Amino acid sequence: MTIIDRPEAEAAQPAAPASSAPTVYANPGTEGSIVTFKPRYDNYIGGRYVPPANGQYFQNPTPITGQVFTEIARGTAADVDAAVEAGWKAFDAWGKTSVAERAVILNKIADRMEQNLELLAVAETWENGKPVRETLAADIPLAIDHFRYFAGCIRAQEGGISELDHDTVAYHFHEPLGVVGQIIPWNFPILMAVWKLAPALAAGNCIVLKPAEQTPASIHVWLELIEDLLPPGVLNIVNGFGIEAGAPLASHPNIRKIAFTGETTTGRLIMQYASENLIPVTLELGGKSPNVFFADVADEKDSFYDKALEGFTFFALNQGEVCTCPSRALVQRSIYDGFVADGLDRVAKVKQGNPLDLSTMIGAQASNDQLEKILSYMDIGKQEGAKLLTGGERADLGGELSGGFYVQPTVFEGRNDMRIFQEEIFGPVLALTSFDDYDDAISIANDTLYGLGAGVWSRNGSQLYRAGRAIQAGRVWSNTYHQYPAHAAFGGYKQSGIGRENHRMMLDHYQQTKNLLVSYADGPMGFF
Amino acid sequence: MPEAVLPRVAVTEAAADMLRHLAATNGPLMFHQSGGCCDGSSPMCYPVGMFRTGGSDVLLGALEVEGIDPVEVYMSRSQFEYWKHTFLTIDIVDGRGSGFSIEAPEGKRFLIRSRLLDDAELEAFGLGAPRIGASGAAGLVGSGLATPGLVAPRLATHGGGDG
Repeated sequence: MTIIDRPEAEAAQPAAPASSAPTVYANPGTEGSIVTFKPRYDNYIGGRYVPPANGQYFQNPTPITGQVFTEIARGTAADVDAAVEAGWKAFDAWGKTSVAERAVILNKIADRMEQNLELLAVAETWENGKPVRETLAADIPLAIDHFRYFAGCIRAQEGGISELDHDTVAYHFHEPLGVVGQIIPWNFPILMAVWKLAPALAAGNCIVLKPAEQTPASIHVWLELIEDLLPPGVLNIVNGFGIEAGAPLASHPNIRKIAFTGETTTGRLIMQYASENLIPVTLELGGKSPNVFFADVADEKDSFYDKALEGFTFFALNQGEVCTCPSRALVQRSIYDGFVADGLDRVAKVKQGNPLDLSTMIGAQASNDQLEKILSYMDIGKQEGAKLLTGGERADLGGELSGGFYVQPTVFEGRNDMRIFQEEIFGPVLALTSFDDYDDAISIANDTLYGLGAGVWSRNGSQLYRAGRAIQAGRVWSNTYHQYPAHAAFGGYKQSGIGRENHRMMLDHYQQTKNLLVSYADGPMGFF
Repeated sequence: MPEAVLPRVAVTEAAADMLRHLAATNGPLMFHQSGGCCDGSSPMCYPVGMFRTGGSDVLLGALEVEGIDPVEVYMSRSQFEYWKHTFLTIDIVDGRGSGFSIEAPEGKRFLIRSRLLDDAELEAFGLGAPRIGASGAAGLVGSGLATPGLVAPRLATHGGGDG
């Protein structure tokens, strides 16, 4: 059963380490661990690690145990200034490299990552709290493939020639923008960075990247692996808090574009800054994705039915910390009781435990404030009269995991006007309701401020198609969910953002168009 | 329509302490309630003037915190449509957020705690008949989006909300 698409050459089963691999990975930094974090990470500017200008650091805990495992540079505007300057210094040469040269570098980065897949996966799990079976089978393989995809895209990209008349030709060239800013979320720290890095590098830009302050370290494990492949200054990483490092980056007068994944208020602030500098933005701001199950999914209790039940349970993937989490399940009334009972059976089989255990399916929420927010939503869900069908509590897994941030997979039954149906909880919390017919389903599905993802399940191809077209969302998974292969555009309708990642069209967001309008006529135009 | 005098936002003592601390170095403060992913659905605290509110926003009220200027609390109008039947109390927990909210470097994160408006509050805010929460049978009634009380610049609010 494929969790998420991965290159076909690799096994479809999650977790494919060597046969000698343990069933539980040792905690990073302990004996037998495949990865050890450094005790401290500085900012990476101009091809070397430099201490933050103000000399301050902040502590970085793992959500698995709550224990601090490294400290991180607390970057500020001065560090951002230095990083942007380093980017421009590198841009003259980098922007002129051939697409072949850049594609080779991206492919080498991918190869290096593939050779170190297990190390990166364990580092990412320790950083974020997600199960290592996901990082092994999804996060890191997808990131590897993303570099290869954009290596191919940039090689295959063509400009344009428009023959305006016999003597006049318009040539269209792609040119890089220059130095761009990228602000990365904490739910897939490496993969979300790569979604932004790969197209920007392929297009010939230099980058100042600001990782999330909850997950600032794993990107440095990645960087150490590939650092020698990129010329100094092409990629600069400034760590720190949003207000101290993110805002100075987003508002910097010398960046040519800003990309952000996060929430709506910060998205607005980023657009506000961009309006001051008149630069483009791409934003990915989340959603409240409906997952619609039409009655015919239950026509047979076959493998398709089994697939639909997995689709129902996908709200728990990555602890629900996915912008496209299928956090609203809409089940047709005629099959509601039976399908929901089977769905809850499947949810009960979701194994929660140590994220470094290969059999664990749901790990830790990424931070304490995230945990607290999820619990506050469970509270308002109960107050609003939503019926708790399973879960609903923090989970204490005992031992050293007691200090971690674990939540039981939770299912509430209620109405679409309840707040738990309207707000992105970003936890393993499903809001479940029923619908009568096709029109009712589409109406409920579209009754949301957001439009990032959606799921539709039906054995009727016509119904599947019509529903997918009617739902106002940028990505409608049809008889599937949670696949994120490169070459399928990902982005939002409505308040879910601007732009499409994960596809060659993202190159356009990192490129200028240069038009040369050339006259080959021998004589004057005749006006003067 | 009578002027609403009831608050719909409050702040806990712990959050008020943080606001006083932040105001000492940042000057007057405001909140904008976020939606969406990652750090979404959380209140973002900014120095007044940093974040531009506009016609797409609703002013929920102003928090009266002793010793500092009132702290206005905004939310986008579209989001408010789904939130208007709830009373919001701004609390604070350990954490660091991931937006540009200014308390994050302190190792703390503002957090919204919610309760349903009671019958008197619903009536005061022009939200019609109360919903029947326990049975889950009734939907929201009434559509008073921007009642006069909601856009009044200084709604009386108080600290010490119990969330």
